[in-house]
Amino acid sequence: MVNNHQMHTSRNRKWLAAFLCVASLSACQPSPEDGLKKGRTLYYFTWSDYVSPDLIAEFEKQAGAKVVVDTFGSNEELLAKLQGGASGYDVAAPSDFMVSIMARQGLLAELELEQIPNATLLAERLQRLPFDPDNRYSIPYLWGTVGIGYDSNVIFPPPESWTVLWDPRYKGRISMLNDQREVFGVALRVIGQSLNARDPAVIGQAKSKLLSQKPLVKTYTSESYDQLLISGDVVLAHGWGGAVARAMAERPSIKYVVPKEGGTIWADCLVVLKTSRNRDLAMRFINYLLDPAVAARTTNRLRFASSNRQAKALVDEQLRENPAVYPLDSTFDRLEWMADLGDAIRLYDRAWTELKMQ
Amino acid sequence: MGIFFFIPLLMVLAVSFASRGTDGGVEWTVNLTNYAHLADPLYLRIYGRSSGLALATTALCLLLGFPLAYSIARAPIRWQGIWLLLVMIPFWTNFLVRTYAWIFILRTEGLMNTVLINLGLTTQPIELLYSDWSILIGLVYGYLPFMVLPLYAALERLDSSVVEAAWDLYATGWFVFWRVVLPLTKPGVVAGCIFVFIPSLGAFITPDLLGGAKTMMVGNLIQHEYLVMRDWPLGSAISFALMALVLLAAMAYFKTDGRLDRLERGG
Amino acid sequence: MNRGRIWLRSASLANLLFLYLPIAVLILFSFNASRLSATWQGGTFRWYLVLVEDQALLAAVHNSLVVAVVSTFLATVLGVSAAVGMERLPAGRRWTVEGALLLPLVIPELMLGVALLLFFVMIKVPLSLVTVTIGHTVWNVPIVAIIVQARLQKLDSRWVEAALDLGATPWQAFRRVTLPLLTPAIIGAVLMAFTLSLDDFIVTFFTAGPGSTTLPLKVYSMIKSGVSPEINALSAMLVLISMALIGLSLLVQRQRN
Repeated sequence: MVNNHQMHTSRNRKWLAAFLCVASLSACQPSPEDGLKKGRTLYYFTWSDYVSPDLIAEFEKQAGAKVVVDTFGSNEELLAKLQGGASGYDVAAPSDFMVSIMARQGLLAELELEQIPNATLLAERLQRLPFDPDNRYSIPYLWGTVGIGYDSNVIFPPPESWTVLWDPRYKGRISMLNDQREVFGVALRVIGQSLNARDPAVIGQAKSKLLSQKPLVKTYTSESYDQLLISGDVVLAHGWGGAVARAMAERPSIKYVVPKEGGTIWADCLVVLKTSRNRDLAMRFINYLLDPAVAARTTNRLRFASSNRQAKALVDEQLRENPAVYPLDSTFDRLEWMADLGDAIRLYDRAWTELKMQ
Repeated sequence: MGIFFFIPLLMVLAVSFASRGTDGGVEWTVNLTNYAHLADPLYLRIYGRSSGLALATTALCLLLGFPLAYSIARAPIRWQGIWLLLVMIPFWTNFLVRTYAWIFILRTEGLMNTVLINLGLTTQPIELLYSDWSILIGLVYGYLPFMVLPLYAALERLDSSVVEAAWDLYATGWFVFWRVVLPLTKPGVVAGCIFVFIPSLGAFITPDLLGGAKTMMVGNLIQHEYLVMRDWPLGSAISFALMALVLLAAMAYFKTDGRLDRLERGG
Repeated sequence: MNRGRIWLRSASLANLLFLYLPIAVLILFSFNASRLSATWQGGTFRWYLVLVEDQALLAAVHNSLVVAVVSTFLATVLGVSAAVGMERLPAGRRWTVEGALLLPLVIPELMLGVALLLFFVMIKVPLSLVTVTIGHTVWNVPIVAIIVQARLQKLDSRWVEAALDLGATPWQAFRRVTLPLLTPAIIGAVLMAFTLSLDDFIVTFFTAGPGSTTLPLKVYSMIKSGVSPEINALSAMLVLISMALIGLSLLVQRQRN
């Protein structure tokens, strides 16, 4: 027993030593704070991958300040954290509908547009947007549409209507977004209604349509449909244009269409948070991101269209011509912005839960 | 530590009695409508389905984890720590990356099907992904070590002479296990079950990624209410109800078990 | 008996294979030239090179490790004392404490994260890695306590009584008798707490301050744009380094003997 005990203790000490080694090793790593001790720091809270390190480095040199980027995966997480009271962020990149919510909640600072001259270069279609017509709080940054990505080798002739997603020939090879508003939006358009319908009867009809579709759907995903298109697991994917554009690069037979019944137009916007302590630095950063050359680089990398009309000329030609990135002019009259529905959202929520539980 | 936990808890409890504000802020009109919502048959189905899945996960983890924990406990002392580390190291990698790896394995043209078809064990690919089965696999995989560790802690002190005596007494391994090993290691088994069952109930990434988001589990529901619907009050109410149920069950168990234990030890 | 042993061994081996299968897959994909895991496009070391250059990601890993070590340490100290303290309680009060101890585990993480955020804001503590560590400790303590207690419960009290009879103080009895007997449970608990802390996302997301990113935060937000194989490379490195450390400690042990 004594021997056991001794071996136990020495073994215990060994693990302790190992732990301490790992801990001290990790402590030896250079801390990023050592770089720019003096000067101010800008905190940018945004989507993963939205800003590349070289852009950051450029701005840091220009402005003589440090930029720290934190990321979130969804608008809702962003809101929840800010609503909970988190502060310290200067610039954020919420989507269109989230901007109006955040503004109403008093989370946003008013923009001084004189400090953001590049804001005057907004593409025409993106001026006077319903959720913030005067750009009081936000400036559109990246934008696009929601449509169908499809494999043109399998689906011909090219689909024109959302009803192709109900085609039993493609059973088990269809994916839909995992987003209650977008999925219901598809069904609503198919029955000739608006994406922003509030009538319970209409929503009920949409729900029935979706229930009838569910057996054909392989998965509801907002993230992996580009992978599924590339691997061929799915031949019809409901998704955002940018992701489909990424898939196109890997598999040229993939194409994108916004069906004739209409689609959603979305825009991620740059905002300054009310709790920011560096407002002018924040606005300078926004101005930098909206610079035509900088914006073009971002579009080339991310495959999301930039809001800056001068940037378009600087973007790679194949992206410029790609309807998944820059929507065709002909589609514009069919596009709708997602509006806040107030209490009617409860109806959608219930219907969505019922859809999932079937 | 108590303060850090109980005060936030009370705050969230308070929120659960309020209603959702227009934009999902909290409107402080106290009422019980949220709790009334809980009894909704749709939600009851969700709880039932999730509990079933969580129970299956726990059972499988116990089944798979026990032999592993037992072997480690029986191994030479020098090696035990190493085996434990080997069990845990896969879980120091990132959860998402592991889940994507499973997607690759379970896909229609994924690793599993390729191997099965090449070995001639089946002609048609087995569609495991985006179903309840893949959720089960994902959950079992994710929580297996959390069953193994407490089991190991309890099994380690199991006196081998007792087990040998049991083998002499009962001819079959099953009896040895059921009558001798299990009762002696009960606290470890209970701890393991708790560590697997509870997180399985609240899981939401696994059902979404591996299950194709085609079903809603309690975890998805809570996440949906908190984040998408921005209805903190309802989300809190559901969380509390869930908590209360599990807690009551656990405490009822502890109470009876503690009493029996007291008798066994004679004081 | 032999048949039982063979069955036991093969079951354990099958388990280990099961545990490492996805790891093998992820290591494989860390060499994939394509950014998306849908297709294999030839082997490359590119992602490892990107990883080494990626200061932000390495800083996040550093943060994750520090938080994990500290919160595990705190949780172990608090958890062991809680477990030992609980054993001394009369049965009636004990199960109340056990129930209270279970509380942080039973709560869905989302709720815990939000609650902690609201709390920190209320007491005007700025969010940072410290608040993250506190959050992790909150659910790690019950884990340690429960595992340790599982073992403590069945511990023969005669050892401690004997020590006390021989003139040891309660603290000495604890340190020299109880603690060594608890060692396997403590090791198990430490491993579990450390692992959980390393990979935690939700509570961390809500309690992290600007700039205090951990690895899971960075990775989870990549979910929309596709998780870069860089993360596969990172995970593969973690596995390899851990294995190497184990190998090293084995060598050291062998030399000792």
